[in-house]
Amino acid sequence: MDSNEKILKKTPLFGIHVKSGARMVEFGGWLMPVQYSGIKEEHLAVRSSVGIFDVSHMGEIEVSGLDALAFLQHLTPNDVSRIPTGFAQYNALLNEKAGIIDDIFIYRLEDNRYLLCVNASNTGKDWLWLNEKATGFRVELNDKSAQTALLAVQGPKSSLIMEKTAGMKIAGIKRLQVAEGEIGGIRAVFARTGYTGEDGFEIFFDAAQAEKVWELLIEAGKEHGLVPAGLGARDTLRLEMGYPLHGNDIDEEHTPFESNIGWICKLEKGDFIGKDVLVRQKSEGVKEKLTGAVLTDKGVPRHGYEVLSPDGEKIGVVTSGTMSPSLGEGIALVRIRSEYVGEGREIYIQVRDKRRKALTKTPPFCKK
Amino acid sequence: MKVPENLKYTREHEWARIRGKVATIGITDYAQDQLGDVVYVELPDVADEVAKDEQFGTIESVKTVSDLFSPLSGEVIKVNEQLEDRPELVNEDPYGDGWMIQIQISDPDEIDELMSAEEYEAYLEEEAGSMEDEEDDDIDEDDE
Repeated sequence: MDSNEKILKKTPLFGIHVKSGARMVEFGGWLMPVQYSGIKEEHLAVRSSVGIFDVSHMGEIEVSGLDALAFLQHLTPNDVSRIPTGFAQYNALLNEKAGIIDDIFIYRLEDNRYLLCVNASNTGKDWLWLNEKATGFRVELNDKSAQTALLAVQGPKSSLIMEKTAGMKIAGIKRLQVAEGEIGGIRAVFARTGYTGEDGFEIFFDAAQAEKVWELLIEAGKEHGLVPAGLGARDTLRLEMGYPLHGNDIDEEHTPFESNIGWICKLEKGDFIGKDVLVRQKSEGVKEKLTGAVLTDKGVPRHGYEVLSPDGEKIGVVTSGTMSPSLGEGIALVRIRSEYVGEGREIYIQVRDKRRKALTKTPPFCKK
Repeated sequence: MKVPENLKYTREHEWARIRGKVATIGITDYAQDQLGDVVYVELPDVADEVAKDEQFGTIESVKTVSDLFSPLSGEVIKVNEQLEDRPELVNEDPYGDGWMIQIQISDPDEIDELMSAEEYEAYLEEEAGSMEDEEDDDIDEDDE
């Protein structure tokens, strides 16, 4: 085999996506659906009724054992002890420089059993890091990614779909709550979490049942206008909310304080990797920050475009950008010099050969 | 894929409707399908000169930015301003309301170099065929 040949991974729903006419693209080593009927249509459907996403490419790592809490506290900036059993928390894995190795969701399934949901492109890296740092902790680590399918049902009508397929108890769990249950007779973990800014559920279950559960949800969703939605809409939805994407807006070279997610840092908790850097940044401030921008001129901001001050000086860069389907305006997350961060400050974005005017705006761009 | 009989085509998937010395120009159904939802179109101004096979503007979808190439040389006499507020017209009606520019043709000989509908359809089959081959090369069934 040619060592240069790339073998792209597929989720258990690959066949169904292709049959549905989805356009498939490479993402983080996976062949994923970027759209079915159209990005804008899928995006607006999620905002107004409901959509379903196959996000089985994401990683699931279980952390259990007597020291599970202490271990996770050591590796992350947020206070894991504040997660009640049966709830979830947004958090991150930081390196010694407080750089973001990955942003993650932690689900506390049992007192000493946590499920970490991690980015698809970082699963291997995160797994190595967790194992490396586990020395001295009484923990058991299990990479469940290959056996786990993950579907996200997102939109104002999502609870109606869940009631029909998984019952009232599951449909009634609170935001950030996690519960085990059944869907179509298949055991699953349900969480009222998501990456779209809408109400929604994420369903973790045995990958071998992926097609069955997908078809069940599609069928149940027919009367509510449920559409399958791809990574294209997933990106425009999260961007309208200002949620960062690792690799674009957040990375190992920048800390949470530099990345608009400083709120996850609970410096009053005990020691953790990277804490000293964060303590210093809290008192001294940071030179660059991630914030949002809305174009007042025509044009579409994109990753890598330069951000300029009104005087034409380079002050930063666009980390993510798109034409917002809900607003009809160009929106972006930008990493710029801290003194330019604020509300309604005038900046310019170099869109190829044209300088487009924009105003800074702390996300979200859409009110939710 | 729609390929109207009465138009001329280029390998870059643009079409031209020619009436006398005036050509109306846009992108084909195949092109808009490949692009996905069009979110922005950048067009020249009236009185600008465009040249055959050279870039006259750009078209953006959510995920991509593509150049627009002119099938013919000439002077821009009209620009479809509807596309500013409704770029989706390119997806909805690529040969009608999704037209982009209208030019005064400066070199009628260039018309002969364009493809007929039949030739463009054959070209599409070739393109689609070769794309499929590419896909097969990239997607190896799991060897492990």
